[in-house]
Amino acid sequence: MATVTFDKASRVYPGTERPAVDALDLHIEDGEFLVLVGPSGCGKSTSLRMLAGLEDVNAGRILIGDRDVTDVQPKDRDIAMVFQNYALYPHMTVADNMGFALKIAGTPKAEIRQRVEEAAKILDLSQYLDRKPKALSGGQRQRVAMGRAIVRSPQVFLMDEPLSNLDAKLRVQTRTQIASLQRRLGVTTVYVTHDQTEALTMGDRIAVLKDGLLQQVGTPRDMYDTPANVFVAGFIGSPAMNIGTFPVLDGVANLGRARIAVQRSVISQFTDDDKNHVTVGFRPESLDVVPDGTPDGIPVIVNIVEELGSDAFVYGSLTNEFGHADAVHSGAGDAQVIVRVDPRQVPGKGETIYVRIREGETHLFHAGSGARIEH
Amino acid sequence: MSPTPQRLQITAASPDPALLDLPWHIPLEDWPAETLAALPRGISRHIVRFAKMSGRVIAVKEIGETVAYREYELLRQLRRLDVPSVEPVGVITGRSDPDGERLEAVLITKHLSFSLPYRALFSQSLRPDTATRLIDALAVLLVRLHLVGFYWGDVSLSNTLFRRDAETFAAYLVDAETGDLHDKLSDGQRGYDLEVARVNIIGELMDLQAGEFLEEDVDAVAIGDALAERYGELWRALTESESFTFGDRWRVQARIDRLNDLGFDVGELDITTDVDGTSVRIQPKVVDAGHHSRRLMRLTGLDVQENQARRLLNDLDEFRAATDRQREDESFVAHDWLTDIFEPAVRSVPRDLRGKLEPAQIYHELLDHRWYLSEQQGHDVPMKQAAKSYVKNILPTRPDEQSILGVQAGEIPDTDTFPVVDPDQIIG
Repeated sequence: MATVTFDKASRVYPGTERPAVDALDLHIEDGEFLVLVGPSGCGKSTSLRMLAGLEDVNAGRILIGDRDVTDVQPKDRDIAMVFQNYALYPHMTVADNMGFALKIAGTPKAEIRQRVEEAAKILDLSQYLDRKPKALSGGQRQRVAMGRAIVRSPQVFLMDEPLSNLDAKLRVQTRTQIASLQRRLGVTTVYVTHDQTEALTMGDRIAVLKDGLLQQVGTPRDMYDTPANVFVAGFIGSPAMNIGTFPVLDGVANLGRARIAVQRSVISQFTDDDKNHVTVGFRPESLDVVPDGTPDGIPVIVNIVEELGSDAFVYGSLTNEFGHADAVHSGAGDAQVIVRVDPRQVPGKGETIYVRIREGETHLFHAGSGARIEH
Repeated sequence: MSPTPQRLQITAASPDPALLDLPWHIPLEDWPAETLAALPRGISRHIVRFAKMSGRVIAVKEIGETVAYREYELLRQLRRLDVPSVEPVGVITGRSDPDGERLEAVLITKHLSFSLPYRALFSQSLRPDTATRLIDALAVLLVRLHLVGFYWGDVSLSNTLFRRDAETFAAYLVDAETGDLHDKLSDGQRGYDLEVARVNIIGELMDLQAGEFLEEDVDAVAIGDALAERYGELWRALTESESFTFGDRWRVQARIDRLNDLGFDVGELDITTDVDGTSVRIQPKVVDAGHHSRRLMRLTGLDVQENQARRLLNDLDEFRAATDRQREDESFVAHDWLTDIFEPAVRSVPRDLRGKLEPAQIYHELLDHRWYLSEQQGHDVPMKQAAKSYVKNILPTRPDEQSILGVQAGEIPDTDTFPVVDPDQIIG
């Protein structure tokens, strides 16, 4: 087992000017489950492939443990690319399916058996070792496939969107399985996904990338509570955060009828780029539904109510009546806000409800650079 | 939000209306037997079935929607790049069963006629040279894919189909699901592809051994290692630069000849000399496979595989020498060879036996058969007579390979195990 270090590692594809991965600095601890997440084209898969040795590194270094592997061939890096969907060999026993790579490598028989048995124990497959894959359930077959990677006891597991090919139900099941298995094995794992829910539920830490640049790395809680910039704020969390940019007048950002006091300490951090504006973010779950007439209540016209049983979300429009409401956007679109409401008191479509941002639950960002402003 | 009703959506370059007649509302696993063509299936992560459609056979694979579209596009690109691969027919999404339950999208490809899955070829009686020829074919395919910048990601025998190509095989890519097309592959990508290939091939052979389809004493690891070796040799021959002194300029032509010999044309050759002009460095920049098949196509219009073309061209050369027409324009001679020799020979095969082998492969076997007969009789046997004997004694014993129906591993004989011919029947 080992740490993984990206040391200002860059990848520039021939014929392009902008690096696909730009001076990535990332240190992954021994045994950690790190998720690389971001929209398509952000450089997450390229970063993983650089670590795997499938992409050349044009500048910087990559280390596994203390060993510089920048120019080492993939097969000599002691890593395992894990596919969730390996085909199993029908005539081989489960034990042979798991151990055949060791056999090829010339590992002594007794050692193969021992390593296969250890892996089978972790995977709850001990009693199936002498059976054929045909006799196993779908979930068990997937575990055999995982076992193939485990018996090699690599330093690092690499997984590139391993669940993308599964249907929604199996995806959730397998997600949990992989995460718990990784914790039992304690093998350093780098996992790539475009799905922020997958990232939040699986990772010890998450690294968010955009346009080849690392935006933020931290625990799921860090990313959710203190997003480093507007991009991370909008990317992490489901439904997405409501975000809008407003002028600040007399220490107050006017959001429709609501007035959000902006502390002097915040205003003092404004730069010329901000042009005296501030970007305000608030999550759907940071809003309380309040009676009409409550100070700072924002009117929201209900378009759609999404009922999820334990939760309900209102997708609503803001009116421009009080100005600047169209500056707000959310996962639902421009001039739209998402509000979490009590699933037992759901408003009707077309109704107007009043919502207020809960004290201390606003996120503020520079209007210019998008960087977080601590307050 | 109200669920939107599912609509069947077919994406295809040239859709065949018969596609609509297939039972898309049934999970592939439960398709009725009358729809299916009983072809042997390789090891797959997905459910794959062969179905009959408009007198052809198609391969249908259930797979996630985005992956299906991606693989469809990749296969189309590979066809455009002239890499031997299966031909994509289309993608069907929006499937649902009568209860409205969603069904997985499917990717449809044409079944490659006269193709043989490895399970049919690696059999109990695997001759060492058959294994070598299959591995050679896969090495050529992998090199060709890597030359165009295709990273396969999951090279295996299961993801490859083989077609007889004279005394050798030609390999075709079947599954591009894990692949990626790049401008140029890094050494790491090539190395990884090769390592995956090696491990997969060994695993697949060990599996055949475990199922007792392949003898225990076949060295699976050595066969896997042979792929890496063959690949390395071919890659170097095609891409390596070589330097020599200015006086040795003949080596430029020699390199081109060597590449032609390997079946490749040189599209672009980089030639650089050092400042004082005493040494020359050459490196092939663009090489295209199919040197012989292109030449045969140009001369005769016949579209056949590389080694079949090589064999046919040799026969054409012999014809030219035998008829003493070396000074005539090659294309005239080729025309006469086609109408007087090739076509009559192939036409002499009765219609009901034509599904056995491709015409060019039949001709290749005819040439072999004529050689055996001539040797036995101690004189040259005319083509007409050889054809008669071949059709009577050899071809009927060969399995139907146009689309192998219901064949188990081991049932298809080796490519060159010719049945012993009773000399009394030769004149037939």
